Amino acid sequence: MNGPADMPAHSIPAELTHVATAVRPRTRTRTNLRAWGLAGLFMLPALTLYALFVLFPIVQAARYSLYDWNGLEAMDKLIGLANFQRALSDKVFLGAVGHNALIVILSLAVQVPFALAIALMLNRRFRGRAILRLIFFAPYVIAEVITAIVWSLILQPNGLADNLLGSIGLGDLYHPWLADPSTVLIALFFIITWKYFGFHMILLLAGLQGIPRELEEAAAIDGATRSQALRYVTLPLLGPTIRVSVFLSVIGSLQLFDLVWVTTRGGPVNASNTMAVYMFDRGFVRFQFGYGSAVAVILFLICFVLALGYQRWVLRRDTEGATTYA
Amino acid sequence: MPEQVRAGRIAGSILRYGVLLLVAAVIVTPVAFAALGGFRDAPQLAANPVGLPDPWIWTNYTDSLTSPSFWIQLRNSAVVGGISTVVVVLFAALAAFVLARREFPGREVAYTVFTLGLLFPVTVAILPLLILVRDLGLLDNPLGLALPEAAFALPLTIIILRPFFRSIPMELEDAAAMDGCGPLGFFFRILLPLAKPALVTVAVLALVSSWNQFLLPLVMLSDANNWTLPLGVTNFSTQYTTDTARILAYTTLALVPALGFYLLAERQLVGGLTAGSVKG
Repeated sequence: MNGPADMPAHSIPAELTHVATAVRPRTRTRTNLRAWGLAGLFMLPALTLYALFVLFPIVQAARYSLYDWNGLEAMDKLIGLANFQRALSDKVFLGAVGHNALIVILSLAVQVPFALAIALMLNRRFRGRAILRLIFFAPYVIAEVITAIVWSLILQPNGLADNLLGSIGLGDLYHPWLADPSTVLIALFFIITWKYFGFHMILLLAGLQGIPRELEEAAAIDGATRSQALRYVTLPLLGPTIRVSVFLSVIGSLQLFDLVWVTTRGGPVNASNTMAVYMFDRGFVRFQFGYGSAVAVILFLICFVLALGYQRWVLRRDTEGATTYA
Repeated sequence: MPEQVRAGRIAGSILRYGVLLLVAAVIVTPVAFAALGGFRDAPQLAANPVGLPDPWIWTNYTDSLTSPSFWIQLRNSAVVGGISTVVVVLFAALAAFVLARREFPGREVAYTVFTLGLLFPVTVAILPLLILVRDLGLLDNPLGLALPEAAFALPLTIIILRPFFRSIPMELEDAAAMDGCGPLGFFFRILLPLAKPALVTVAVLALVSSWNQFLLPLVMLSDANNWTLPLGVTNFSTQYTTDTARILAYTTLALVPALGFYLLAERQLVGGLTAGSVKG
């Protein structure tokens, strides 16, 4: 342990110090440099692309948000935080935030549990399982735009939905689903679930298949009923996957754009506006680049704070110790 | 007792089949509605959207298939998707290689910076992106779509690739080094071939997300000759609002490549998603 006095002890892991000699520090720095050079070289293309098209625009958005700017003329009207003040006092924007929040809540309360129930049903061997899995995941690969066009034709007055309701004797339920402010969000949420529950189902199914069968069998031998085994063995072990699914679901719901833009453009009367639709409308349709950027920054901050908090307090448990079992 | 247990099991499996088939029906109905709707005409569709077309009308499909715009949009989507996929898979694999298998100061910081990208949706950056792409002179250019798409696909691709690369034994790399194979040689000749299943998964994911991208083309493209399929379909549907059957035929045709590709690649896509996700 009595290394030469000039040796920076902190740069050397404890288990190496007993073989350390006076030459060691120099070779370490050299290998460090070499490791750096190699790593830098391999990461260079990805870092360049990422910095240019992801990080730089985010910084730019923060800058634009401080200006009154239409995106065409010179950007010289610095107005401080006025854009943010305007957004936070605009009823339409606050309504959009509320709609996003409602979609988040519905996703967590309905979509993820539904995906979990289906995943549990598919997590045994039976005839037709593979084809069902194939069908349930298929909407995920269909573009949101195409989903939106087909569903708006189905839900339009006197469309397929009304016809099907009529044919099973529920004609009283005829409804302009996407044109009525009180049903439009529910209808959109239904379409979102149609498209995305299969994705969550696949994640959860994979998590379920990582849980050893023996554990549930052992619980059964100890006298646990099916639901007890589910409650006390399966679900706790599935925790990490459920948390990933919840996380992706929240982030996705906050960024909702394509579907709403194509079906309703945020209407009727702003009833289905989301933050992203509002931002796009102010930025590109009304050429308020500065204001649109402020909205984008708010959207980003909401995602960021939620994600950071989630990472810190919920996901963290999963990275400590074993990766798969909480 | 066993009789009751057996009866319970049978009832349970009937219930399960019932629920699953109902969900499957809800999933399939819109797609079937679109595909069959394309064979009707507008009055037929308004009068009776359920059941088989009577008579079958082929002109909606043949008109779309013989219009040059459909094929131009298909080609544009393929060009953009191809470039974006190749770029993101190659760049992400290079980065994931050192992030997974090399010790260097700042490695975890670099990895965290990449993973943070999951929080930056294209939506948030779209206004500055337009200015940037315009300044680079890439408006109405496939690169103006493919490069941002690749950049935004980097985080997920790196997150999926890193554990895969890490699981390949170090001894292999030592042995290769002893045979005079440098890091680059190891990467291209040994690591990439061994990681082929993971590469196929991330490639499929990148291609699907590029294929379905709507916001970027909406903002970056003005010339109809550069439109990709999602943009073309949307414009078609606003152009022929009253002729729903025609819209459905066009939409169905736009849907076919993605669904066909999914049927071919389902195993890789689902397999890879599951392998990557469990590890967070």
